[in-house]
Amino acid sequence: MDDNKKKQWTENTIFLVVILGCGLGVDNTYYLQIMTFIGINTLLALGLNMLMGYAGQVSLGHAAFYGIGAYTTAILSGTYGISPWAALVCAVSCAVFIAFVVGLPTLKLSGYYLGMGTLGFGMIVNILFREWSTVTGGSSGFVGIPMLEAGPVSFMSGRNYFFLVWMVVLVAVLLCRRILSSRMGRALRSIHDGENASLAVGVNTHFLKLQIFMFSAALGAVAGFLYAHFVMFISPESFGFMVSVKMVTMVVIGGMASVWGALLGASLLTLLPEVLHGFAEYEMIIFGLILMVVMIFMPQGLTRGLLDIYEHSRKRDKRHGN
Amino acid sequence: MVTDSVKAFSKQSLGSCDIECPKDITRSHDILNVRNLTKMFGGVTAQDDISFSIEPGIVCGLIGPNGAGKTTLFNMITGIYRPDSGQVLFNGRPTRKMAVHQLVRAGIARTFQHVELFGSMTLLENVLVGMHVRTKSGFWGAVTRMPWVMREERRAREKAMDLLEFTGLTQYAHRPAGDLPVGRQKMAEIARALASEPKLLLLDEPAAGLNPVETEALGKLIQRVKERAVTMMLVEHDMSLAMGISDKVIVLDRGKKLAEGSPREVQNNQAVMEAYLGRG
Repeated sequence: MDDNKKKQWTENTIFLVVILGCGLGVDNTYYLQIMTFIGINTLLALGLNMLMGYAGQVSLGHAAFYGIGAYTTAILSGTYGISPWAALVCAVSCAVFIAFVVGLPTLKLSGYYLGMGTLGFGMIVNILFREWSTVTGGSSGFVGIPMLEAGPVSFMSGRNYFFLVWMVVLVAVLLCRRILSSRMGRALRSIHDGENASLAVGVNTHFLKLQIFMFSAALGAVAGFLYAHFVMFISPESFGFMVSVKMVTMVVIGGMASVWGALLGASLLTLLPEVLHGFAEYEMIIFGLILMVVMIFMPQGLTRGLLDIYEHSRKRDKRHGN
Repeated sequence: MVTDSVKAFSKQSLGSCDIECPKDITRSHDILNVRNLTKMFGGVTAQDDISFSIEPGIVCGLIGPNGAGKTTLFNMITGIYRPDSGQVLFNGRPTRKMAVHQLVRAGIARTFQHVELFGSMTLLENVLVGMHVRTKSGFWGAVTRMPWVMREERRAREKAMDLLEFTGLTQYAHRPAGDLPVGRQKMAEIARALASEPKLLLLDEPAAGLNPVETEALGKLIQRVKERAVTMMLVEHDMSLAMGISDKVIVLDRGKKLAEGSPREVQNNQAVMEAYLGRG
């Protein structure tokens, strides 16, 4: 118990130091931008990871919540001139409410109904972004999203935005940790281990899945908000089906049921297209290959897989040492 | 034959029994009343007009050959299956409209024939999940960590440790439950079930897979649980355990109630002997 707490403190401290180091040490705006995108994607992966890794439910339309967050804040602050921070509250409430409406019927069913339901839902939302052009700007996108300001601090500069995003990520990581170590988190993990037994000891699994679906939608909306005010221009392509698939891939590659796995998966899938931009046409093929290799050789994800290899080699070293 | 412990529960129970089952008279102080319970799977009658009642504080053995419908009966009492007709009264209240978790809160807990612990979680965490219906903190509690949430958590942990001590598992508290030997896992399931503070505890073959020493320890544990005023029903193939510990025994065969009475009465019952040893 105490060991665990100490480990978490060290992890958090390292995390904070790395953020500060990257934020203060890196001057190249391009790198700062990439790292900001990693942060935004980490938020998405964290939310989805809670749903997939712990509640054992796959959402194939999570980009919809990302988009709802982005478009809500774009429309409210861009078109109607409301403060972006008030728009954030609206965006999150909106995403949570929609998650409730979508999740209520689909989560009652067992198996992959949530996957199917969210797949359709994601497509409907994307069509809405595309076709409701008087409000959303249609397929040519939404222009004129204001930048973020908090009193005297402007988030115009890449560095300030980097810190904003990663502070939000840190808060999200802490929130996920708190949830997982609580009564609710234990019940959630019990669903993952055995839903029948979980039900039999009195966990209201439907309600719990719905709650965590709403929570992951909220994280998605926050990521969408950060994305919209960072890029200041959004279009339906950024929230399409391929984005949902990419989110699922991040969670699977990073390793389900692991908070740091979300970070690793998000980093990999954000960095790869940048590194491989010469091969942009083959992007999906390369992602597919990576996904296959990880699934075959490290079915528990890269995080767990690499840790296993590390522990294995350390044990072997010890044996050789003796 | 009698101790045959083939685990697979078969839903096939064809044929009928020619002995009429006497209808129980419902007494208001009974903890559990089962009235004319019938359940069909496809065209197969898994439970045929079963009626009995359980007085508070007793241990009731539920025996019968494989496929007799014992686990189906448990699943109906715990609300996992809905009966096609008939009803279950718990403390005089019909349970038909209640969801499984509501029944657990009302005081019905169970263990499984095949161990179903949460393998990746520690034993302590398993027992804490068992306490789910007796604790309150939810999403906001987890996020804010209000003082009352932390108090509840501390109290829950203390109680869970007490239960582990009660079942003799203290040393395994921080080990993943999946790593425990089978015998310990069986005990751990009882600890987890007790965590919900049940009034009625259903044990589905608690001795299956246990060696004689462990079985004896299990018998003693059941005795101590009984002293805590928990009423129990147990499905058991180990006859010496079932007959030794039960105050009352109900015999099922092919979905019908064959006999009910004290262990001695049941052992001398002609129909029961036929069911177990075959009809000549």
